[in-house]
Amino acid sequence: MVDPTPKPRGRSSAEDDPPDSPSSVGYTTAHTVRLATEANPFPLEIGTRSIGPIDVEYETYGQLSPTRDNVVLVAHALSGDAHVAGWDRNAEATGRAYRTKHPGWWDTVIGPGKAIDTRRYFVVCSNVLGSCYGTTGPSSIDPGTGKPYGLRFPMVTVGDWVRLQARLLDALGIERLHCVVGGSLGGQQALEWALAYPHRVERAIVLAASPRLSAQGLAFNTVGRHAIMNDPLFHGGDYYGRAQPGTGLSVARMMAHITYLSEEAMREKFGRRLRNKERPDFHFGIEYEVESYLSYQGKAFVERFDANSYLYITRAMDYYDAAEQWGGGDLVEACRRIQSRLMVVSFSSDWLYTPEECRAFALAMCRAGKPVTYVNVPSNYGHDAFLVETGPVGHLLRHFLDGDQR
Amino acid sequence: MSHKHADPAALARLLLSHMDGALADLTEAQFAAMIARSTSRAAGGPKPPLRWQDELIEKMVPLRCSVLDLGCGNGELLLRLTECKQVRGQGVELDPGAVFECVARGVPVFQSDLDAGLKGFSDQSFDYVVLEETLQTLHRPVDVLMEMLRVGRRGIVSFPNFAHWQVRFDLAFRGRMPVTPRLPRRWYDTPNIHLLTIQDFLDWSGENHVRIVEGHALADGAVRPLQPGDNLHAEEALLVVERSDRWTQM
Repeated sequence: MVDPTPKPRGRSSAEDDPPDSPSSVGYTTAHTVRLATEANPFPLEIGTRSIGPIDVEYETYGQLSPTRDNVVLVAHALSGDAHVAGWDRNAEATGRAYRTKHPGWWDTVIGPGKAIDTRRYFVVCSNVLGSCYGTTGPSSIDPGTGKPYGLRFPMVTVGDWVRLQARLLDALGIERLHCVVGGSLGGQQALEWALAYPHRVERAIVLAASPRLSAQGLAFNTVGRHAIMNDPLFHGGDYYGRAQPGTGLSVARMMAHITYLSEEAMREKFGRRLRNKERPDFHFGIEYEVESYLSYQGKAFVERFDANSYLYITRAMDYYDAAEQWGGGDLVEACRRIQSRLMVVSFSSDWLYTPEECRAFALAMCRAGKPVTYVNVPSNYGHDAFLVETGPVGHLLRHFLDGDQR
Repeated sequence: MSHKHADPAALARLLLSHMDGALADLTEAQFAAMIARSTSRAAGGPKPPLRWQDELIEKMVPLRCSVLDLGCGNGELLLRLTECKQVRGQGVELDPGAVFECVARGVPVFQSDLDAGLKGFSDQSFDYVVLEETLQTLHRPVDVLMEMLRVGRRGIVSFPNFAHWQVRFDLAFRGRMPVTPRLPRRWYDTPNIHLLTIQDFLDWSGENHVRIVEGHALADGAVRPLQPGDNLHAEEALLVVERSDRWTQM
């Protein structure tokens, strides 16, 4: 049995797996593939629009087996990218110097001997359409105008992302997935995979995600977008070549970070401690530790993310509703489509995708007569727990992936 | 008030008038043998098979049926049924360690508290709902029994029989909470909070439109069909039940 409340993973470099570690995938190189062209564009779910060209940035680790049956597709969350594990060999050259400080966002569970063992599995992760990490998005050049799309970029959906990932797998000659896994918005992609391509998915793992965002979640996304769109530097989304609406984007990020932590986690991590001082200075600069943390998160995000991408991706998150899409509003009906083994994992203090919502989703599977594994991991880390609780999450991933086919 | 010892014959008559039939039917030799075995418990009888219920359940359920196992522990039964009978199995378990073991075995498990009910599970959505050695640990056992018969077409319930003669002996003559091979924990660390006897269960079934379809007993280390007198002789019982009203029968 694994201790359900292991030591939390810090974000310090000391605990990162260095590139020469035997359990690290080492240095990584991203690939880019053109999956749609201007002449042969990619049809989108919303409206009659299609888009081309589309370039997709992706990374792979491990070896594809001769029978191509060992593929694990990882789907990233709102601010994620294709760089899931290891150390980016070209971080400086591609203007992503921040990547030299840390390995990929889920390096704790992906690598030789780790939960998603790259000696056994061929891991694929691609950056979603509309993002800003190498896949076509609002900052890409619109062939119609020769300028960046900005808000002329079409609305994209979780369904579009998954269909584009399927197109990537087609290009790689991969028909079936041993497993698709993701947390948060990535978890919704994993679910969408099981629904849209029931016969291509053997296993799906949905971490800290439910079939749709709650009203509270919609509300937070709304405020984030307001902050960005009301930043004087936003210029209707046409800020490329100028300063980006950094204040708005950092406010959106700061607020999102509040929703990623729980009240207990904030209390434990920061409490009411003052930042490097004995008593307050009575001004509007940084006084408290929690202020310093949020401010840092906001600033760091502006350096690595595009405000328009934030708008598009949060909108995709808002629109996603698996029941509406696949069951005419009835989640049980939608679940009847699923042919894969499904594991849903919630975290006790997550208030963005609550245990109650995740449990209700798992119950819908039961009602649909489908086997399901539902685990509620006790954790104080809120929504972030899916990244932080590497002990129990790693155990669940490893065993669910390796479990016999039945 | 008399200070004389009770007249043994009068006492025997008095006791017999309150005893269940099984006890009254014992011969003197049988009764003596029981007392002898109770007092030299360490000598033990034949070793009762571990998880004897699993073998029975495996024989009982048809191929490719659906089974919901409430309090499925580490998933051993469902694994067995999946392998031997290709059942569509679903476990429900609360203990995090057991849940993790289910995942390791590839057994689908829903982490939930049984006392919170099976709310959300559809009516008659499983062929069998199993409640193995769990009934007596529940806060609201009757609610769970009724729920299992709502969700399943048949229920399979097993529990330790608190009227087994060893239990009676401990309580009646030694004046202590029984500790037997099937009730191995002391009073302070037992998970059992609603102990019951086979007769209690039969009484409850009769009063609640629940029909006993099939019954098995573990007695003297052997598994056999339930028979009269087992309220005294059986250490454990396994009963297959279904509702005799409302729901369509299988």
